[in-house]
Amino acid sequence: MTRVRGRNTGAVAADQDAAGLGRWRAGLFVLPALVLIGVFLVLPALWTIYLGATDFQLTGTAAAQPRIVGMDNLLSVFSGGGFAGSLLLTLEYVVGSAVVGQAGLGLALAWVMRDRRGVLRRVVDAVVLLAWILPNSVVAFLWIALLDRDSGTLNALLGTPGFGWLLRYPMLSIIVFNIWRGTAFSQMLYSAALANVPRSQLETARLTGATPWRQLWDVVLPQIRGHVLTNLLLVSLWTFNDFTPFLLTAGGPDHRSETLPVFVYVTALTGGQLGLGAAISFVMLLVNLVIAFGYLRLLGRRKDGAA
Amino acid sequence: MTSSVISPWEVTGRIGRYAFLSVVLAFFALPVLWLAFAPFNAHPTMATSFPEFTVENFRSLMDNPNALSSIGNSIVLAGGTALLVVVLAALASYALSRASIPGRDALLYTLLLLSSIVTGTAAMVPIFLLAFQLDLIDSQLGVILVLTGGLLPAAIFILKDFVDTTPRSYEESARVFGASPLQIIRHVVVPLIRPGLAAVTVWAVANVWGNFLIPFLLLRSPDKAPASVVMYTFYTEGGQPDLGLISAFSLLYSIPVVGMFLFVSTRYGFRFHGGIKR
Repeated sequence: MTRVRGRNTGAVAADQDAAGLGRWRAGLFVLPALVLIGVFLVLPALWTIYLGATDFQLTGTAAAQPRIVGMDNLLSVFSGGGFAGSLLLTLEYVVGSAVVGQAGLGLALAWVMRDRRGVLRRVVDAVVLLAWILPNSVVAFLWIALLDRDSGTLNALLGTPGFGWLLRYPMLSIIVFNIWRGTAFSQMLYSAALANVPRSQLETARLTGATPWRQLWDVVLPQIRGHVLTNLLLVSLWTFNDFTPFLLTAGGPDHRSETLPVFVYVTALTGGQLGLGAAISFVMLLVNLVIAFGYLRLLGRRKDGAA
Repeated sequence: MTSSVISPWEVTGRIGRYAFLSVVLAFFALPVLWLAFAPFNAHPTMATSFPEFTVENFRSLMDNPNALSSIGNSIVLAGGTALLVVVLAALASYALSRASIPGRDALLYTLLLLSSIVTGTAAMVPIFLLAFQLDLIDSQLGVILVLTGGLLPAAIFILKDFVDTTPRSYEESARVFGASPLQIIRHVVVPLIRPGLAAVTVWAVANVWGNFLIPFLLLRSPDKAPASVVMYTFYTEGGQPDLGLISAFSLLYSIPVVGMFLFVSTRYGFRFHGGIKR
């Protein structure tokens, strides 16, 4: 070990390597993490591509010797009736609950509360945050109870006993649910962003008679544009990959709330069509890649701007 | 600005603001009220109502064979994953911060990018097959390894920031006195980056505690299932759901994460740096 270290200390910049790690030992320190990431993160991604191109199944002859079917799976995914419908539902879910719902409500809350300290703000912050930190399967059941057909609190409040929200309006239900679930993130991000807007500019706008809406639109939004884009990309990515609708509706009734994550599960794990499921996964990974690249480019641009 | 003239805009603005806040407050509080009342209600229904006070529901929780053991399983999964993530990320981030490894920044960004793209949902099928091939189906270790792989890149990223800001002079002095790199990490670096380690631990535990998909996908036997999965089976298995059991269990299962967030926010102040949760 000492021999190895002695040979390598010269190669490592002396001012950098304060603990005398040496390149070999540094490599050893990084290795376990890299192995785990490689096996459980990189390999699945590569495997998705392979699986998507074969007729792999859990049981039967195809299980023993999967054949390469090339683009057939992808083509059958796109031509199959389920995929297009599911993609559309996912789009509805992402735009409705994340882009419009969470981001909009989060910004509105941050804006309304910008000058407040005190009890009201603490209470609002606490309940919004609570919805965000409770475990998935607990919040799912809380909403099942709230929307229950016979004795749910919502029907009792609205005076509509017997109305099955999850059966009649499954998409609307999971969209409103996800706004409730995830607004905390956007609210906190926008609160932090608004705190950085110079107060003097708002004061000037106010004195020139600008309404609060104009102040928000003309003074604030141009300054927090970077935060808005960051927020939109992140909440879109998370909502696109959100499996929680499965806990509420399991994709039903009649596939009417079957977003892509649920669609993959039903196709691959319940239905046993792993090749087809992997092909859908492949499309999902591509979408994630596009969103993540958008995010990285944005970060890069902001860094350049700051430098 | 202290003038007593209040413009009509401000009046409508103030009324609008309070109306908006009341609606928001009701919207966010309404679903949670059930969690506060039903566990102590002698005859819980789906509706939120003030309870006829009882702790009987918690007694039936004790009698259920899966309830308490599932909390134990959640502790095993969350603790195991957090420990693995923190130790491996600390070692890796230290080495990446101090030694000059070619292409280091590119590597870090690629890993971070990968971890946000290859989510459990999108990679569900290959993760299942991988666990199948490695004989990790129905193994808690399998769940821990999969979750660790997903959390590590972000953890390394966060911790490297902390290591980068610590002065190197301490390590140099320790080295002069003959300490080995591992000793230096344990006795010099770890105490300096303790807030970072705490943040990563809390973040990892919160992630695993609420995670439903990976254990649902990989575990088969009910006695290995964590609370997230057992909770789901409580209300989806056939027959009339036992609301007393479900409500008491929900509360018991939620308290640790809520407590943890309260602890973090009072101890360190809940600062927001791009989200503690994925």
